[in-house]
Amino acid sequence: MVDVFRALDDETRRTILDELSMRDGQTLFEICSTLTMRHGLSHSRQAISQHLGVLESAGLVETERRGRSKFHYFNPEPLAAITNRWPTRKRTEP
Amino acid sequence: MKIALTSLFVDDQRAALAFYTDVLGFTKRHDIPLGDDFWLTVVSPESPDGPELLLEPSGHPAVKPYRDALAEDGIPLAQFAVEDIEAEHARLTSKGVVFTQPPTDIGNAVVAVFDDTCGNLIQLIEMKRDENHADAR
Repeated sequence: MVDVFRALDDETRRTILDELSMRDGQTLFEICSTLTMRHGLSHSRQAISQHLGVLESAGLVETERRGRSKFHYFNPEPLAAITNRWPTRKRTEP
Repeated sequence: MKIALTSLFVDDQRAALAFYTDVLGFTKRHDIPLGDDFWLTVVSPESPDGPELLLEPSGHPAVKPYRDALAEDGIPLAQFAVEDIEAEHARLTSKGVVFTQPPTDIGNAVVAVFDDTCGNLIQLIEMKRDENHADAR
């Protein structure tokens, strides 16, 4: 289990989540091509696969097998841990 | 030197011929019996003398693990160029073809990926002719 804070501490992983939140349910191939073509991030497929593994371990990405392919989905639920830990509140006057 | 022929492994050569001709719209070029199998090729009607696509039997034991691993990651094994990818996506979807990736703008082109029902993922590509992208490559 990877900590959600550690999982988010990487620009490439945050970009993967940006892409999945724009279009959910992508294969590894699609994620790699959009990262390269839209963001100029030309990592190896293996590197992206490892980033997805970290995100999945933190619960931020879930996978589903459909037909013969594996699709990746963004699950924002673990992000609630951040707002629960530091809820937004008004500053109290001294 | 030029590319004359390239091949895809297919689970069933007769079913593959039907898909590649009736659904995709290619033309049969060669269909020659070879033992239990066939030397079976198709060409694009847009370039009948262009490269042939060999629809090769998938019986070799290396084929299944190779294709399963690539299909899992969504990796296509061939790319076909189309004039209007949105129209092709609509046409093929209406014929029951399943896309693993809908038409997606990747800057200088729009791409999509579908399952050829014969064990392969295939990418479609429409290159943009927009002048704004003419020098983007």
